[in-house]
Amino acid sequence: MHIVVCMKVVPRPEEVKVDLATKMLDRAGARSVINSSDMNALETALAFRDAHGGKVTVLSMGPPPFEPYLRVALAVGADEAILLSDRAFGGADTLATSYTLAAGIRKIGKVDLVLCGEESSDGGTSQVPPSIAEWLNASQATYVERLVPGKHGTVHATRVLEDGKETVELSVPAVISVVVGSNEPRFLDYDRWAFAQSAKVQVWNEKELCGDPQYLGLKGSPTAVAGLREVKKAGRRRETVTVTPDEAASRIKAEIDRAKIARS
Amino acid sequence: MTATDDGGLWVYAERRGSSFTPVSLEILGKAKELSRQLSVEVTAVTVGNDGGAASELQRYGPDHVLELVHPLLAVHDGKAYAKALGTAIQKAHPSTLLLGATRNGQDLAGRLAVRLRTGLTAHVTSLELDGGRQLVGWVPGFGGGIEAGITCPEKRPQMVTVRPGVFLAPPEGSPTGDVKTVKVDLSEEDVGSRRVSFEPKGSSIDLTRADVIVVGGRGTGGNFGRIEELARRLGGEVGATRVATDAGWVDRDRMIGQTGVITRPKLVLVLGVSGAVQFTVGIDGAGTVVAVNRDPEAPIFEHADLGIVGDLGPVVESLLRSLGGA
Ligand SMILES: Cc1cc2nc3c(=O)[nH]c(=O)nc-3n(C[C@H](O)[C@H](O)[C@H](O)COP(=O)(O)OP(=O)(O)OC[C@H]3O[C@@H](n4cnc5c(N)ncnc54)[C@H](O)[C@@H]3O)c2cc1C
Ligand SMILES: Nc1ncnc2c1ncn2[C@@H]1O[C@H](COP(=O)(O)O)[C@@H](O)[C@H]1O
Repeated sequence: MHIVVCMKVVPRPEEVKVDLATKMLDRAGARSVINSSDMNALETALAFRDAHGGKVTVLSMGPPPFEPYLRVALAVGADEAILLSDRAFGGADTLATSYTLAAGIRKIGKVDLVLCGEESSDGGTSQVPPSIAEWLNASQATYVERLVPGKHGTVHATRVLEDGKETVELSVPAVISVVVGSNEPRFLDYDRWAFAQSAKVQVWNEKELCGDPQYLGLKGSPTAVAGLREVKKAGRRRETVTVTPDEAASRIKAEIDRAKIARS
Repeated sequence: MTATDDGGLWVYAERRGSSFTPVSLEILGKAKELSRQLSVEVTAVTVGNDGGAASELQRYGPDHVLELVHPLLAVHDGKAYAKALGTAIQKAHPSTLLLGATRNGQDLAGRLAVRLRTGLTAHVTSLELDGGRQLVGWVPGFGGGIEAGITCPEKRPQMVTVRPGVFLAPPEGSPTGDVKTVKVDLSEEDVGSRRVSFEPKGSSIDLTRADVIVVGGRGTGGNFGRIEELARRLGGEVGATRVATDAGWVDRDRMIGQTGVITRPKLVLVLGVSGAVQFTVGIDGAGTVVAVNRDPEAPIFEHADLGIVGDLGPVVESLLRSLGGA
């Protein structure tokens, strides 16, 4: 099986700021990391390959500074890495992002499984994986914690839902999103580090991607940020006290009694 | 489709078992409210292998209930469901489609938006109309207590997924609207996945319905036994921050906030939680908020009615004692 892992580089959540003037996320000051559920997707892909054979390619859409992170994926065990990078891809919402990634997957050629993380941490929506599936007319399973081969070239995926766990049989090609924390991502392989440093990360620009320009970047994004505002703070009393534990307990008890009566 | 289409406001009523997900009813109520301002009709649309259950939806005030049925639609499959719903939408041209941001709701929404080549605003925690009758979906979590208003100016339908628990389901009324059942044109190739097995959760927990919630954060150090005891004593449920669920101290479905659930209990007791905006959006609808944190500068105190500055351990023990029993 040829497995493509979609990997996004995100700013460390606690370091992101918003520029109120441009209405854009200001990533400049923030250091980056590989989105955490994408590491779980990568581990799922590597484990699947190691057990059943095949090849793992990591794919990312983003600016050139993403490249070193793709090398991390190579050092961890991926076979190839591709970065989709062009100014024309910038400003993409989920429709345009998924289109661009799907175009990259098409260009790669024969792909059986596309693994994504469940959600990206920088204002992510978890919508990219099912969107990629539609562009590729592939089957899909989101929020997957376990992936094993099935009969007749199918795969079995176990999805974590609100009311239980569902195992589905999927025809391939399939796009799968992996839940965060579903496995223990492996560490960098020291022997692969040298290979990863010298390996070629392929970079495809708009021309090489051969996509339809109307679906790319800002132009291909139907949604718009109309405004930013401060989250309204609920009108709270904001009474803060420093008291003994016993005093605290009786204050809390009084609040409980009052709250129960007030709204029942 | 273009921005002039106006086949009304559609709400995806997601089936779960013999009923619907609670958020389906919450957004149906919200749609009703928006439809009055817009003077358009509300259609609740369901997908499944049979009709049924429509009478339940009719109690929440829709003008129409549309049931899309086919034997291959018995269980959710993103691919088949997107085709069924997409085809119906291309016929009727609604201007708006609201879906609940459940796992299957999102699974469907992401796919459907591409099928319809339209914009999708995900995970909104509030919905407003701007002057031009355009829907603005507000999404928190861009750091620093900021939320972004997202619109879809040109494409229709505007698709929005709404977080469970942010709107209150209206009280049930007498049935309204007509019911139409449409047999969907579908074949085996339209189905991507088939359910092999389903393992229901032993005790399914729904924090959006709890009256009292005791939340533990990193400050508990993972000592959730006492938090559970406290919740039990108060007849409430345990909630947690993402730090606590990521650490595996508590089940992920007890996470409160932007990635977790939006709750509106009568009272929430927040222990050892700093008060990041991604968390506080999940408790802002609570009746009363009481917080215990040893850091007097913790932002959680801005979101609390009563804030206790101090170590949570002794406070919990003392509270347990004063509630009686072990
Ligand atoms: C895209 C995104 C989505 C997110 N979604 C969510 C979400 O849905 N829910 C969520 O919770 N988080 C979410 N987060 C994470 C969020 O930003 C915070 O990191 C998280 O809420 C912090 O959890 P905490 O308050 O438990 O931990 P911390 O921020 O580490 O706070 C621990 C607090 O405990 C106090 N403390 C420590 N020891 C004691 C003691 N003995 N007694 C009393 N107080 C003590 C400390 O003073 C501190 O204030 C999200 C983040 C991102 C980027
Ligand atoms: N720019 C990107 N490059 C590569 N993968 C991406 C990108 N954006 C999203 N993804 C994938 O889609 C998943 C869900 O992202 P999102 O829909 O943004 O929450 C991520 O975990 C990634 O696997």
